[in-house]
Amino acid sequence: MSNTFLTACGDRQSALHAHGANAQKIFDLIWTFSAVAATVWLLVVLVLATALLRGNLAKASRSPLQIDADQERRLTRAVGSATALTVVVLIALTIGSFFAGKSIASLSGSETVTVRVTGHQWWWEIRYPKTDSSQAILTANEIHVPVGESVKVKLDSLDVIHSFWVPSLAGKRDLIPGRPSELTLTADKPGIYRGQCAEFCGYQHAHMAIIVVAESREAFDAWRSRQDANAVTPASDEERRGQAAFLGTGCALCHAIRGTPATGTVGPDLTHVAGRRSLAADALVMTPGALAAWIADPQSVKPGAKMPRIALSADDLNAVVTYLGSLE
Amino acid sequence: MSGMPGKKAKRIEERGLKGIRDTGLDEARLRAFLAHAWHTPKGLYGWLATVDHKLIGKRYVVTAFLFLILAGLSALAMRFQLAAPEAGRISPDFYNQLFTMHGTTMMFLFAVPVMEAFTVYLVPLMIGTRNVAFPRLNAFSYWIYVSGGTMIWIAFAFNTGADAGWFSYVPLAGPDYGIGKRPDFWAQMVTYTEVSALAVAVEIIATVFKLRAPGMTLDRIPLYVWSVLVTAFVILFAMPAVMVSSTMLILDRLVGTKFFDPAAGGDALLWQHLFWFFGHPEVYIIFIPATGFVSAILPTFVRRPVFGYLGIVLSLIAIGFLSFGLWVHHMFATGLPQLGESFFTASSMMIAIPSGIQIFCWIATIWGGRPIFATPLVFVLGFIFTFVIGGMTGVMVASVPLDLQVHDTYFVVAHFHYVLVGGAVFPLLGAVYYWFPKVTGRMLSERLGHWNFWFVFLGFNLTFFPMHILGLQGMPRRIYTYPLESGWGSANLFISLSSLVLFAGFALLFLNMLLSLRNGRPAGDNPWGASTLEWATTSPPPSYNFPHLPVVTHREPLWARPDTLPVIEGLRVDAREVLGGTVADAVPQLRLPSADNSIWPLLSAIAVGGTFFASIYTPWAVVWGAIPISIGFICWFWPKGEPEDEE
Repeated sequence: MSNTFLTACGDRQSALHAHGANAQKIFDLIWTFSAVAATVWLLVVLVLATALLRGNLAKASRSPLQIDADQERRLTRAVGSATALTVVVLIALTIGSFFAGKSIASLSGSETVTVRVTGHQWWWEIRYPKTDSSQAILTANEIHVPVGESVKVKLDSLDVIHSFWVPSLAGKRDLIPGRPSELTLTADKPGIYRGQCAEFCGYQHAHMAIIVVAESREAFDAWRSRQDANAVTPASDEERRGQAAFLGTGCALCHAIRGTPATGTVGPDLTHVAGRRSLAADALVMTPGALAAWIADPQSVKPGAKMPRIALSADDLNAVVTYLGSLE
Repeated sequence: MSGMPGKKAKRIEERGLKGIRDTGLDEARLRAFLAHAWHTPKGLYGWLATVDHKLIGKRYVVTAFLFLILAGLSALAMRFQLAAPEAGRISPDFYNQLFTMHGTTMMFLFAVPVMEAFTVYLVPLMIGTRNVAFPRLNAFSYWIYVSGGTMIWIAFAFNTGADAGWFSYVPLAGPDYGIGKRPDFWAQMVTYTEVSALAVAVEIIATVFKLRAPGMTLDRIPLYVWSVLVTAFVILFAMPAVMVSSTMLILDRLVGTKFFDPAAGGDALLWQHLFWFFGHPEVYIIFIPATGFVSAILPTFVRRPVFGYLGIVLSLIAIGFLSFGLWVHHMFATGLPQLGESFFTASSMMIAIPSGIQIFCWIATIWGGRPIFATPLVFVLGFIFTFVIGGMTGVMVASVPLDLQVHDTYFVVAHFHYVLVGGAVFPLLGAVYYWFPKVTGRMLSERLGHWNFWFVFLGFNLTFFPMHILGLQGMPRRIYTYPLESGWGSANLFISLSSLVLFAGFALLFLNMLLSLRNGRPAGDNPWGASTLEWATTSPPPSYNFPHLPVVTHREPLWARPDTLPVIEGLRVDAREVLGGTVADAVPQLRLPSADNSIWPLLSAIAVGGTFFASIYTPWAVVWGAIPISIGFICWFWPKGEPEDEE
């Protein structure tokens, strides 16, 4: 169904494949902690095995053993040293974790791009605020970022709690109604990174994915200025029919297409919908067929989705698909 | 006394015998008197009215295991769906109910109650008394538990199963987004069921402090009893937090309060603070008694007392305290000032110290002993092997930056199953094998026991270890499906197949129990040659536990005096009486009457349960329900019989 993994080699949603400074620092921490954990576990199991073997080599006895004072002293010393060692290891890990946290926090403050992300059941609203050269733009489920630059992601939610998580780029952060938050991420190299809502948010929590497209500064600026433009006006009869159907059947109550009378804010902004890689929060690849299937019966693709089924004649449906397909 | 017709006449007849003490009575007459005083009537009435801690404890265990089966089946159904990417075997709606029911059942209806069940059964035997301090409260708590749990599952059967996760975060579970009556059922039934946990906690604290056998000073209390005592205190402080928060949730939903609505000055985060203030100690409510099992089983099978008794007791108390200081590590992704994060990181890591001390002491015990590889010990070894993994991943999730990657992924699913199954279920299964002979009078099959262990051990590790990696590879929790291109498919298939092995392991346990109940080798009083008081009486123990109450002179009473356990005399045998002593030194202070069988705990539980149930539909239920509840409690506590006329 979803396409982004195909184009992105399967390592684009993994904390083990860090492609940004934030995720990289955590990745290092994961390895440090894992190595310590494995060592400690091995030591415990080895000592346990030795204890079992040495006790078992002696003849097992049914009657309780007498306590040997010398042995008790040796055991006390051993347990004492093991405890002391535990304390030292834990202090070291706490300090390591503190400094990793500090260095991740220090990533913020140098951002060149700001994106506002609002969580909805079950899609992501993406807003790029107005800059000197561009107006504020609205899109959905796909964030574009310039490679190598710090991006500030401002998070909020208007319905339930979601969590913004693109593991290859950064750790996650919750979107809690009434509590705006933010995180900083950087993509080290161009690519398509996938993320997913990480806090259970209801029916279609599984289909609330987000895509981060990291591209060169030029490509990003070009994308940004394409997004600045209003939607193209329909060029063919079919597209005009599609637009009329879109505006006339209730789609416009929920969706906006800049430059048309459609100004709904309940669902994603569709001004440049055909330029996106996927549909319905990466539940479907963006193709005319998928678009048609989605519009014809959203509930069969994503049961529980807030988009209702709208009765369109086959011709109207095709026209709407053609029209939306023209909105690059 | 119960209200059976004919009983009263019989009592008047017996008045001539009133005040008979056990001093100097010959054994047969003593046992006959005690059996009469402590007996539970036959038939349905007796079954409903009994206050015998052993009958209630057994019932508790069986009920908890039935809920385990339900929770296990829901887990299998989830694994069936997740075995392949983009599978459409289970609808998202049903899947969400499944994992909510799995978590709710495992935590609220299996893990905590099963630990309480063992406590209720074992503690009076281990401290040498005849019943818990509040026997009717004990019966009441069971009825609450079984009716609350059943109502949760009946709701599920009627498609009203909770579906917002066992943590029921608001606003998802709140008035605007919660579907139908689902969150209402969850909230009310959780509050209701937790009444039983509180009741058990109160009764265990009173029992351990006041009813210990003479001479059982604080430093002679069996470690298992110490562990459940600490647990009882943790329950006492943790459970109210979840009861308060679920009550606030139902008020938001039914009465229109706005506790969790940010638009009206409420706060969605408040729910999480309250829930995890309970939810983290909850893990220790399950884990601490499990460590008690280990401390009870280990010495028996390595033939020496536990090394570091004092260290273990202090560790238990430290774990109890620290468990309250780290709830925020469930909420790192919500964002906190860095100093606050560091505090909770440090306190979360610190709990590894007392946990570590216990592990070191147990290994030292084995080091100084001569292990006999009976099934209970094998499960304890499996516990150390797996629990240390869960403990170490616990240290990992205590680190804020690391947690921000693994939180709400399969890594965390793996982590807490290692802690809860590795840390609590392995010792629990060891405990089943260890105490089954005491409870039933028959041994479980050792052969099947070893098979049981290997299936559970391998099934568990093969199921849950790969989840660590899946989580790091980016697989979030609580998703009913995942894309084909994610690359998670083969690992998930492997996990689903392994879960069948784990399931087969539990099937072997139940098979072993059923077979051995009929055909098991007769156990005798003390089949393992253990050291604590429960092994001093017959298997299964008589209704009065001990013909004479034992006197304790040593930490391992049965090892110190294998043949002649000293006893204390002077208790009445014609009525239920227990011996109360001082808190610290268990010096006998007074003879206490112990409550007789009564139907009123059951009827009161029905009144309370009905009120909670009706309150899901109307707040007026609280007003009208007060009437039957009052009647139930008044009849329950109504003084019966005359005050004792002698002495």
